[in-house]
Amino acid sequence: MANVLVNAPKTAKRGSVVEIKALIMHPMETGFRPGTMGKIIPRNIIERFTATWNGTEIFDMEMSPAIAANPFVSFFAVASESGTVGLRWTGDEGFVVEERVVIAVE
Amino acid sequence: MRALHFGIGLAIIFAASWAAAQVGADKRRSGTQDMGEALQKMQDDDTANPGMLFVQLGSQSWAKKAGTADKSCADCHGNAGTSMKGVAARYPAIPKGAEAPVDLDGRINLCRTENQKAERLPPESRELLALEAYVAHQSRGLPIAPPADPRLDAFRDQGAAIYRARQGQLNLSCAICHDDNAGRKLAGVTIPEAHPTGYPIYRLEWQTLGSLKRRLRNCLVGIRAEPYASEAPEYVMLELFLMDRAKGMVLEAPGVRP
Ligand code: HEC
Ligand code: HEC
Repeated sequence: MANVLVNAPKTAKRGSVVEIKALIMHPMETGFRPGTMGKIIPRNIIERFTATWNGTEIFDMEMSPAIAANPFVSFFAVASESGTVGLRWTGDEGFVVEERVVIAVE
Repeated sequence: MRALHFGIGLAIIFAASWAAAQVGADKRRSGTQDMGEALQKMQDDDTANPGMLFVQLGSQSWAKKAGTADKSCADCHGNAGTSMKGVAARYPAIPKGAEAPVDLDGRINLCRTENQKAERLPPESRELLALEAYVAHQSRGLPIAPPADPRLDAFRDQGAAIYRARQGQLNLSCAICHDDNAGRKLAGVTIPEAHPTGYPIYRLEWQTLGSLKRRLRNCLVGIRAEPYASEAPEYVMLELFLMDRAKGMVLEAPGVRP
């Protein structure tokens, strides 16, 4: 079950810089920790986070095992046209989560 | 003689107004106030506070049918925004027909077993913490208001006795740190006054949400004392005492802590 919190403005002035913040529930298991039985817990991380604005990629980030659980990402974009910001997280164990927010540019 | 009477009178007036000023200016500090500005901002922003992910998860569990009764929390309690408002502010409490107090997750598990006819949720499990966070969140901003049930007194007194007793290899009591040395540093950390205002909390060190019981176990291990068994009554006694000590302070669940 996807569990995501996104914070983006609903409206923006054309040409202005907007901040988009996204928080996702994920264990970010490093693959280096032994479990209670002494065996290594298999790695389970988000590997990649990308954002698009009306389909065009505006942000791309590779994640690593050093990133804490429930990663929070904040990035900036120039609001040039009204549209949909798509957010996508992919990772180990076939993890895929997609979210979208609509920003009206005036 | 006359002058002496006058002096005593003045002293009484001063004492009375000093006491009134003390009541007015609450000097108690929530752990939130001891954190840096960045963490305070994280706690206050509902899209940056990772505890809110658990609140969101809890709202999904709230509506999910479970157990052989095939009932969801919502089937009986309706909208949590009204039915659960203020509930976390007055726990632990003694459930109807029982003699001993339960904390909020104990009460939720009672509903699991008695009302949903489902399995108990394990302590510190994600689903239990999420439900607890969701219920506690409905009391955010409300003052802590322990119930005036005289049957709780004996349990609270036991909690107070534990709080003041030295224990562990370091031979420390909770009071030595949280009353006598609150505000001072223990290594790099400010010792808080130990008010349970933010529970369950998202602790960055844990990288997850955790209960007050988990926090108390951390303090017990820290003084090299044997932590009470999981779900031991001592935790509820301590919580009763801490909630009474924090009476009137504002609930801020889910809190963020370093
Ligand atoms: C050696 C000093 C020490 C002792 C003794 C101690 N604690 Fe703590 N306690 C701390 C410190 C330091 C923190 C904060 C840790 C942090 O922020 O990393 C803390 C945190 C807490 C908190 C969390 C407060 C918040 O704002 O979330 C509670 C509640 C608490 N302690 C209760 C207790 C109780 C009950 C006992 C006795 C069983 C106890 N402590 C014993 C040092 C102590
Ligand atoms: C079949 C109906 C039923 C279901 C399902 C149910 N409850 Fe309850 N719940 C009750 C009753 C009855 C009480 C006791 C009210 C009282 O003591 O006056 C109660 C009490 C509570 C209380 C304490 C309220 C207070 O004011 O002290 C909480 C918290 C609670 N339930 C949470 C839950 C949660 C969370 C779930 C889902 C996991 C749930 N309940 C499912 C019937 C239900």
